[in-house]
Amino acid sequence: MINYIYWFLIIVGALFAVLRIILGPNLEDRIASLDGINIIITAAIVLLAFNFDNSVYLDVALIYAVLAFLETVVISRIIEKNKELK
Amino acid sequence: MNIVGEILILIGSLFLFLGGLGIFRMPDVYNRIQAGTKATTLGFMTLTLGVGINHPSWLLKCIIIILFIAFTNPVSSSVLAKASYRRGVNPREENDNE
Repeated sequence: MINYIYWFLIIVGALFAVLRIILGPNLEDRIASLDGINIIITAAIVLLAFNFDNSVYLDVALIYAVLAFLETVVISRIIEKNKELK
Repeated sequence: MNIVGEILILIGSLFLFLGGLGIFRMPDVYNRIQAGTKATTLGFMTLTLGVGINHPSWLLKCIIIILFIAFTNPVSSSVLAKASYRRGVNPREENDNE
């Protein structure tokens, strides 16, 4: 029963970040909210491991955290080099 | 069914919700980076610690994920803030109420 409260809070938080991606005015706002939404998705994968009683999802969460870090750093370096991207 | 782990998971999901709400509500790029990094980092660490306390055989793997997030998440937000500063995004002035 209390699992519904966890999932409700996580999904509503992710929906607010998605709303900021849709109507963010600049490129940097969208990347900042993408950085936030990646951590929320990683926490959702850890919570899936808790709900399904399967420890494979923890490895998936670790790999997702590595790729999310790499993604944010690479996109930041790209928009730092090309200043005309909007 | 461990009550301490359940309370930790509830606090973590509440902080993740507050992080998403802070990303949506804050008025500036730098405020959004700050709200979206600190609140979600605390929420993620608390939630993963709660999962590790509920299943004690997963505790080492959960601590490894927590340490990785604690090392890499400030680096990525710092790189993003530096990039948006070098692109010429100015911080919002204190006086213009919108």
